[in-house]
Amino acid sequence: MTAPVLSVRGLSVRFLMPSGRRIAAVTDAHFDVAAGECLALVGESGCGKSVLASALLGLLPANAQAAGGAYLGDVDLLAADERTLARTVRGRLIGLIPQSPAAHLTPVRTVRSQLEETVVALTGTRGRAAVRQAAEAAAERAAFPAGHLDHHPHELSGGLAQRAATALALIGNAPLLLADEPTTGLDRDLVHHTVDELRRQVDVGRRALLVITHDLAAAERIADRMAVMYAGRIVEISDATAFFGLPGPRHPYSRGLLGALPERDFIPIPGMPPELGDLPDGCAFAPRCERATPTCTTLPAAAAGLVCHHPHVTEDLRA
Amino acid sequence: MLELQAITAGYDRKAPVVRDVTLSVAPGESVGLLGPSGCGKSTLARVAALLHRPDAGTLLLDGDPVRRWRHRAPCAQRTAIGVVFQQPRLSADPRLRLTDLIAEPLRATGRRDEVRERVAELAPSVGLTPDLLDRRPHEVSDGQLQRACLARALLLRPRWLICDEMTAMLDASTTAALVAAVEEYRSATGAGLLAVGHDQVLLGRWCDRTVSWEKLTSTEAGE
Ligand code: SF4
Repeated sequence: MTAPVLSVRGLSVRFLMPSGRRIAAVTDAHFDVAAGECLALVGESGCGKSVLASALLGLLPANAQAAGGAYLGDVDLLAADERTLARTVRGRLIGLIPQSPAAHLTPVRTVRSQLEETVVALTGTRGRAAVRQAAEAAAERAAFPAGHLDHHPHELSGGLAQRAATALALIGNAPLLLADEPTTGLDRDLVHHTVDELRRQVDVGRRALLVITHDLAAAERIADRMAVMYAGRIVEISDATAFFGLPGPRHPYSRGLLGALPERDFIPIPGMPPELGDLPDGCAFAPRCERATPTCTTLPAAAAGLVCHHPHVTEDLRA
Repeated sequence: MLELQAITAGYDRKAPVVRDVTLSVAPGESVGLLGPSGCGKSTLARVAALLHRPDAGTLLLDGDPVRRWRHRAPCAQRTAIGVVFQQPRLSADPRLRLTDLIAEPLRATGRRDEVRERVAELAPSVGLTPDLLDRRPHEVSDGQLQRACLARALLLRPRWLICDEMTAMLDASTTAALVAAVEEYRSATGAGLLAVGHDQVLLGRWCDRTVSWEKLTSTEAGE
């Protein structure tokens, strides 16, 4: 296997609240993403996945403390200062595909002028004609139609706005693309479109892609590997084919989440996730887990991409 | 019956997003209205929820035509309908604790004494625990806030429920939990449902029948 583009090692994020409370938003996350590979980080809102993304981009609020490491080439994203993050990380090493492209684009300027500005800022391209050409090439890479380049963001459909944002994210030729809830609120057809275009960047461009989403159907379509987050911890990392097909997820939470889909059992997991400021000592899923035993009051150690005392179908996997 | 007849509505009279649309929901029936975002289906949902006056057409609520909209609608018609929107943060007063948020409709109709009892009864049915009821919107997750918004919609025991993309922002488990809460309420009360959304799999699994926006508008226009 090729060396990973992104290596996250023991990443934890704590928020210190004015009341003196500490919120454990992310705890001890470990994962890699390689070139030409897509890892989908899934979980419900508030599970810590967006905080993890913010930590990678150096966009944590002032009351947050990050520990551990996140390595992109020879840059430790957690240790880098704002100057490094602004000049060499965002845009150049990490291309961000935002959650709401409409909000990410500048409303008063045309798509062309925003692409051209980014071309100038992130690449060595100089000269009007060359910049114009590079901007058009960027649009084409994201399948953004040339005929719409002189439109303003509000004149674009949701799908085209998403492509414009993707085009911007691709300009710096960043080895890592980070897509934060790229399909929220989009129609199914548009979800497929968006996801397929991102996948193309992985396959053709050999980029590493980290997709953060609560949309399991979108994850199934795009991911090579799945990372499931619950109450701030990554509780399972597995191959996407095994996860969505057979033998299926091994962690009881992942199983429940998948089973809740309308195309599957459509049965919710009972109860609600715990407060990140008030986590139990043992497994945080225990109050909702039908496999819980007294052992689960102790924290399970991470083993083979799994944090659980009694995972599903281990025997099948060994066979 | 909830009957939308030849409704034309929108925000610009010259270019209405809803044109001559007819749709009805029978008592106890659940109808899914499926369409892409921005197509006008949310505007139709707002008409059905008495929140948007149509430019033309008639809305019949259990046989009676609706003549006034929004706060001018007669109380009996307003309370017959419960509505839940896509984004709970836009429809929740940030200053209210969840208990008061859920109880809002009772305050408006002046049945204050019932508040406690009814909120206590509703909270578990939408999966809210007592400690959450004391929080304000910024102290809970989107999913928890949407549970409170659903409880608010059910508070006055409406005969009709309008859910406009109720679960579009939510994860699979919270989606299934909210749909289960709606269905439990409907089987206990016989309420009818108009669920508006873009997810065919979800609406297909949830509703008795689904109608596509495209079909709804093209049959009308094709005549
Ligand atoms: S550790 Fe125990 S409680 Fe936690 S998920 Fe595994 S079986 Fe369930």
